[in-house]
Amino acid sequence: MATTILTNNRTTQPAGARIEGGALLVPLSELESATGWDLKPEGACLGDRCVPLPAGRESEFVREGGFDITALAGYLEQPVVHDAPSETWVIGEAAGDQYAALESLVAPDFTLPDLDGRMHSLSDYRGRKVFLASWASW
Amino acid sequence: MDLPVWQGLYSSVRDTNLMPLTVAFDARGAEAARPWIEAAKPEYPCLIDSGHVVGGLYGMVNVPTAVWIDEDGMIVRPPESAGTNDAFRQMDRENFSIPPEAAASLAAQRGGYVEALRDWARNGAASEFALSPEEVRRRLVPIEPAAARAAACALMGDHLARAGRVEDAQRYFAEATELQPENWSYRRQAWNLEHPLKSGGPEFWAAVDALGDDHYYRPTDIPPKVAK
Repeated sequence: MATTILTNNRTTQPAGARIEGGALLVPLSELESATGWDLKPEGACLGDRCVPLPAGRESEFVREGGFDITALAGYLEQPVVHDAPSETWVIGEAAGDQYAALESLVAPDFTLPDLDGRMHSLSDYRGRKVFLASWASW
Repeated sequence: MDLPVWQGLYSSVRDTNLMPLTVAFDARGAEAARPWIEAAKPEYPCLIDSGHVVGGLYGMVNVPTAVWIDEDGMIVRPPESAGTNDAFRQMDRENFSIPPEAAASLAAQRGGYVEALRDWARNGAASEFALSPEEVRRRLVPIEPAAARAAACALMGDHLARAGRVEDAQRYFAEATELQPENWSYRRQAWNLEHPLKSGGPEFWAAVDALGDDHYYRPTDIPPKVAK
C-alpha cells in the first residue's frame, strides 16, 4: 500500500517511503518533495528555517539512505498521527511554534478553496482590513 | 447562519477597504456549505476549510469566531465570538423558537458587533475596537500540545473524509474532541459526520446544558446595540 504523508501543507506519496516499527523514513532523494524538509550541512531545513540535528545523534535521523521524519517530528515536538489501515501519516505543527507565531501577531497565512475550487490565500488581501470569520453548516 | 449579516456589513462599508473572508469548518466539504453560501449571495470570498485548518492556526474553538486583521496583516482583535451570545440556550428544543427577550439580546449583540466592525472599517487603528498589540497578546489563549495534536487529528479526519471513509473521519474528529474538549467545532463536526443532524440534536443540547454557569460563547467587551 502506498504511504501518504500530510505535512507542511502538502499531501504526498513518496515511492520509497518505508516504515520501521513506529517510524517513517523517507528516502533522502524524495525528502524535500515529500515533506518540504531538506537535509543540508547546517541541518534539516524547511525553507529559510534550519534546525541543526543534535551532534552524535545523526543515526537517529538518517539511516540507510532514508530520513526518519517521525524522529525529526519528535525532536521538534510536532504531533504525529498515523492511520495504519490507510498507511497515512499526518505530521502537524508544534504547539510552541504555533503559539509563538500567534504571539508575533502576524496573522498566520493559509490557502483554501472557494465553492468553485478557486484557491484564496489570506495574504492575497494584504493592504485591506480582513474580517476573518468562521462558520459551519452543521 | 451569519453569511447574510456579513454581506449586509460589506454592503454598508463598500467605500472602505474592509473585506470579510469566511471559512466554513465543514469536513463534508463544499457541498455541505453550498446551500447557505448560495442563499447569502455573498460578494466576499467564502472559503471551505474541511480540515478546520484556520481553527488550528488561530486557536478558534467554536463558530462563529472571528479575528480582525489590519492592512499590514497584523491581528488587531484575537479570536472571539462574532456577534453572538449565550441567549440561544433559551431556544425551545422542540420547535426551535426563541423567547422574545432572548431574540432581542441576540439581535443587540449582533448589532453592536456589526457597528464595531463599521467603526473599525472607517477609523482603522483609531477605532476604539482595534486593540493595541499588548492587549491582543494579553487576550490570546495559549495553544497546548494536546490542541496541536487535535489539529493533526482533524487533518487526518479531513483526508479520510475526502477518500470517502466517513466513519474513520468521524473517529479522528472524536479523538480531536477528546484531546481538546473545549473545542466545540471538533465535537459538533464529529457528530455531524456520524449523522448530519446530530450536531444540533439532543447530544448537543445535553452538552450545552452540562456547561451550567459556564459560557458557550465567551462574552466580549463589544457592547450590544439595538439596531436603528
